[in-house]
Amino acid sequence: MTALLYTETEEDLRATVRKVLTGRSPWQAVLARIDGGEPYDAGLWHTLAAEIGCAGLPVPAGRGGAGAGWREAAVVAEELGRSVAPVPYLGCAQAVAALLACDDTELLRRLSDGDLVATLAVPLSTPLGAAPPAGALSPTVRADGDTLTGTVTSVLDALPADVLIVPAGGSLWQVAAADARITAVTSLDQTRPLADISFDAAPAVRLATGAPAGRAWTAARTAGAVLLAAEQLGIADRCLETTVAYVKQRHQFGRPIGSFQAVKHRLAQLWVQITQARAVARHAAGCLTTGDPDTPVAAHLAQAHCADVAVRAAQDCVQLHGGIGFTWEHPAHLYLKRAKSDAIAFGTPARHRDALAALLHLPGPG
Amino acid sequence: MRADELAARTREFLSAYDPATDFLRARFDAGLAWVHYPRGLGGLDLPRALQPVVDEVLAAAGAPDNDPLRITVGLGMAAPTILRHGTDEQRRRWLRPLWTGEELWCQLFSEPGAGSDLASLTTRAVRHGDDWLVSGQKVWTSTAHEARWAILLARTDPAAPKHDGLTFFACDMTAPGVDVRPLRQLTGEAEFNEVFLDEVRIPDADRIGGIGQGWQVARTTLMNERVAIGGAPVPREHGMIGIVARAWRERPSVRTAGARDELMRLWVAAEAARLSARRLGEQLAAGQPGAEGSAVKYAFALLNQEISGFGLELLGEEGLRYDDWTMRRPPAVDWALRTPGYRYLRARANSIEGGTSEILCNIIAERVLGLPREVTG
Repeated sequence: MTALLYTETEEDLRATVRKVLTGRSPWQAVLARIDGGEPYDAGLWHTLAAEIGCAGLPVPAGRGGAGAGWREAAVVAEELGRSVAPVPYLGCAQAVAALLACDDTELLRRLSDGDLVATLAVPLSTPLGAAPPAGALSPTVRADGDTLTGTVTSVLDALPADVLIVPAGGSLWQVAAADARITAVTSLDQTRPLADISFDAAPAVRLATGAPAGRAWTAARTAGAVLLAAEQLGIADRCLETTVAYVKQRHQFGRPIGSFQAVKHRLAQLWVQITQARAVARHAAGCLTTGDPDTPVAAHLAQAHCADVAVRAAQDCVQLHGGIGFTWEHPAHLYLKRAKSDAIAFGTPARHRDALAALLHLPGPG
Repeated sequence: MRADELAARTREFLSAYDPATDFLRARFDAGLAWVHYPRGLGGLDLPRALQPVVDEVLAAAGAPDNDPLRITVGLGMAAPTILRHGTDEQRRRWLRPLWTGEELWCQLFSEPGAGSDLASLTTRAVRHGDDWLVSGQKVWTSTAHEARWAILLARTDPAAPKHDGLTFFACDMTAPGVDVRPLRQLTGEAEFNEVFLDEVRIPDADRIGGIGQGWQVARTTLMNERVAIGGAPVPREHGMIGIVARAWRERPSVRTAGARDELMRLWVAAEAARLSARRLGEQLAAGQPGAEGSAVKYAFALLNQEISGFGLELLGEEGLRYDDWTMRRPPAVDWALRTPGYRYLRARANSIEGGTSEILCNIIAERVLGLPREVTG
């Protein structure tokens, strides 16, 4: 049993992070960065990671972190979702989760300090639970001695990364980003541009192999999926808030459009779904924090539910803003692209439902 | 003596010396009935969150309980209203037999012409000295045929704006002029009643809250009804989804690829609703009242309907059969023991009873999201 409410400490952390994000990364600034071709905001990330300590929240103090937990990390993810801030939080968090399961401490310490950016070199769409731990973690990269050769496509947070954590040949490796070729791709979600990576006999340091590598891999993927659910909650919450404010002030037929039941009911139903998204996202973060045996179910459940809620909220945000919501000058499209991209990240809701069915012993036909 | 005579004699004995009732009275007097109620009224002024401590100890000892399913209207609606708006004398008189189940309560709110627009009700209460004479027709009253008391909303001032002309009473269901008739529903049986009131005399001492304050008092009742419908924490796969999941696991023949994705979609929705109900429980326990009760009620209505419809189709031929169309007076609803057809049909009421889903959406939109009201009459 996990508690589903926010603690006072978590609310304090939220207030701190929100203040920074509203001040430094309003949507106009995000849009300007996209238009300028430099989406990632290194200065903002420095404040969040190095000054506030967001990157090392789940890392014990003895290993260089803040000694908080994944619940707190999820609160930060919610706030980042609300602001669609282009910072490498999700990539770093997966790296942290992997390293927590490995022996390494130096890299973990530097990540926690906000000194370095790292990410897991895996396509963002890779479904949670995919790849057998002891098998070929990444069939597209091969290990020869202490070098890696091959390609990984559509990787999250690779562009600002200093270090890549690469699954290959049954092991997890650490590769300096400078030793790989990283090419930006044109991404559906412009606030989180993806990149293709190729390795050509890139020097690599083995972090873990065999079963421990599998555990680190699972830890990283699970943490990523749980934080993504929190991010989706933040996206949905912000879309609802923006839309509610708009339908109160937009008048047609001599009345605020928010007084029409067709509009009110749509938003009320969205609010109901968001209250549920909050409960499942909190449950997942709580499970991850305590290592609850329900964590796999909780993570797939959170993804299956929150992904759809975020997409629906962003779509409703566009729809209920009418024409203005379809313009480049309005932030709705930033949320729509993030929400839809997030619904594919870590596997689609349908894949999560499939995975849940297996975990719950609800077999398919035949 | 024949066996049936002996049974009748035993029942007669039990009604005179009911060990459960004596125990429940003593439990109430010890403040262990509902610990969040005041001392002297069955409680100890403790946080509501501590009640499970009492319940667990008593359940482990095999102590009798007050059959909460039978007395839900009393526990969930009448009691909070009496506590909040009743006089000291009314609280002392009504709460104890309400809680022990000795006096059953029902609710006389809805009328044929006043459903969602409850405040437009036309049942009249006219003052005659120390009494009121009440006439009108009420409908959808569960347990009216067994109830000793009703909470009643009636119009005392037809000239006032509709929300201001109402007054809240406790009505003695054994009083002359109260006529209870079964209302047969589409499931075939009659859980509910129509109640006709013909010059029913209610002492002014049984008025709850001020004259013309009925709407404010009724809001307490309705808020508590929605909490009661969705609030209690339950384990995973409890209720309708559990029944369907069990059928799926036990019967390979029902499985198709399309049905499995539908099953999983419903499973996810049910689990999300369950967790959000649990979160609501935590909020209430932490003293953070919220409008989430409406969200939980709305979600459960929709889910019960979808899952019961899915469950019925899943069973194919078995879904074509029904258990019993006889006009009966069923005891408290136990969904699990009935056929899938009954569950499907009964679930249709979930989005109507206790506030329609449309009204709940209005409440959420206006009270939570702060959206403007519709133009209303």
